Amino acid sequence: MISTLTDTERQIALVISGLLSLVGLVLSAAGRHDPLGAQGFIILAFGLSGVFLVISGFHLPEPTEKRFSHYYDEPIKAGIIIAMLWAIVAMFVGDWVAWLLAYPEMTFDAAWASFGRLRPIHTTGIIFGFGGNALIATSFHVMQRTSRTRLADQLSPWFVLGGYNLFCILAVTGYLMGVTQSKEYAEPEWYADIWLTIVWIAYFALYLRTLARRKEPHIYVSNWYYLAFVLVVAMLHIVNNLAMPVSLGSSKSYTVFAGVQDAMVQWWYGHNAVAFFLTSGFLGMLYYYLPKRAGRPIFSYRMSIIGFWGITFFYVWVGSHHLHYTALPQWVQTLGMTFSVMLLVPSWIAAANALLTLNGAWHKVRDDATLRFMMVAALFYGLATFEGSFLAIRPVNSLSHYTDWTVAHVHAGTLGWNSMIIFGAFYYLVPQLWKRERIYSPVLVEVHFWLAIAGIFIYVFAMWNSGVIQGLMWRTYNNSGTLAYSFIDSLNAMHPYYIARATGGLLFLMGAVIGFYNICMTIRSSPAAAKTRNEQPATIGQSRLRPGE
Amino acid sequence: MNGPEHDILVAFAKSWGLFYLIGLSIGVLVYTFWPGNRKNFDRAKKSIMDDESGPWA
Repeated sequence: MISTLTDTERQIALVISGLLSLVGLVLSAAGRHDPLGAQGFIILAFGLSGVFLVISGFHLPEPTEKRFSHYYDEPIKAGIIIAMLWAIVAMFVGDWVAWLLAYPEMTFDAAWASFGRLRPIHTTGIIFGFGGNALIATSFHVMQRTSRTRLADQLSPWFVLGGYNLFCILAVTGYLMGVTQSKEYAEPEWYADIWLTIVWIAYFALYLRTLARRKEPHIYVSNWYYLAFVLVVAMLHIVNNLAMPVSLGSSKSYTVFAGVQDAMVQWWYGHNAVAFFLTSGFLGMLYYYLPKRAGRPIFSYRMSIIGFWGITFFYVWVGSHHLHYTALPQWVQTLGMTFSVMLLVPSWIAAANALLTLNGAWHKVRDDATLRFMMVAALFYGLATFEGSFLAIRPVNSLSHYTDWTVAHVHAGTLGWNSMIIFGAFYYLVPQLWKRERIYSPVLVEVHFWLAIAGIFIYVFAMWNSGVIQGLMWRTYNNSGTLAYSFIDSLNAMHPYYIARATGGLLFLMGAVIGFYNICMTIRSSPAAAKTRNEQPATIGQSRLRPGE
Repeated sequence: MNGPEHDILVAFAKSWGLFYLIGLSIGVLVYTFWPGNRKNFDRAKKSIMDDESGPWA
């Protein structure tokens, strides 16, 4: 890794790691009577690891000018492995909290093992750890390929990847100690938020600098989606996390907004995290990897452009549908509802575009589990966006809100759409990046696929059932006009569904573990390109070319 | 916060917000269906199919 950096980049890396260690030291001293102290030590350890890593490779020969004729794939490889590790950890914690809902006594009387602390580890680990690393890795891949150019430099991709994972680690370790600013999907406290802002600006700058070096004049539509993801997430993150720390030695901060404004800012953030983190960036993935794997260009490039602007400009208005029947002004609720319904059009444009691309290649979908992962992702994207528009309608929301129906909806999206497209993209990328003939075991890809499908269906149907039952029980009145069921009655009715849900989650987790094993074994298997490499030393690191290419 | 400030915000959102979204939609549709762009879009969608041979010099 260090051998691919130039001497100047190694020096800068050393300075950054040193500064980071210093910040960690200061925070651990200033926060010695607070959980902040422990967080400071994590930053210190991270910074020192960076220092040692750079020093260990400092005197290796510099990369030659030849590097400019190759894509820079090392950070992509690292990102894929890190994403899979996060997937397994966070899905494990997710299944743990799912069992906790069925058997709440399983907390060992320990504060760190309570639902309130473990649940954000699941959400942060999946959305930011798994999803975020997959987005960063695939965006590095897509931006280089579609621009026919190498990443703008060798250091900033590592800074982005490493810095981003430091943020994720600070977040989840903080939750275990009870550090949270209590905003859903924005739980990390002020110091982690400031760090993420720095990392994110470096990411945005790297993206723009790489695009500026592009040799292909047209910027392929995937890049638009990725850029919308990077830019809008920056905007959301900064505004929603405007807060004042109690002191520089305390992990606690207070948001600058209050009351209903705070709620509105939070759900403007929260829904656009879904829109731009879990949708826009992932559509970038879909529009690149699905055509590549299917061997067919996207059905309609024009549709992808209309869909892009529709999604970008409709999504930012829909956050208020999270606050139906609250103190939020009625017209703001109606605005969110209306835009949510309109959003179905650009969402289905994307889903239809993906499925129409496959039209005529269904035999490939049948034979190739990797492509099937992507096809299912497009189907669930269509399903989840339809459901989302429907749930945003105020009277529907009166039944579904605060019930497990929301949980079913979210997991149809995250399991069926986000995870499936990531797995599809990874199975496509791994043999290619590591220059292997094929994945270690196509049978295990099939096993992963069917475990994932079974897991999703069990999970989503269990939560649909329990959600609708909850919603109905909470609104059933008896003859004297009082509620027919107590809350605890509805809780007891959920018990079998919670066991089913945890079982479905377990199947999905097993699939991910098998996927990780398959990826590791592919990397360990002997390289297919070895022969080519020995014969033609000049093509080291290049992909294998067929005659005529 | 209530009174004129709120009303002004609502009036602004309901008028200019509407116009800019309509304007934007028209702009996007014109750009997308502009006959001269067709060639570029067709090339763009096909160009990703063969991009593994490394950066262009």
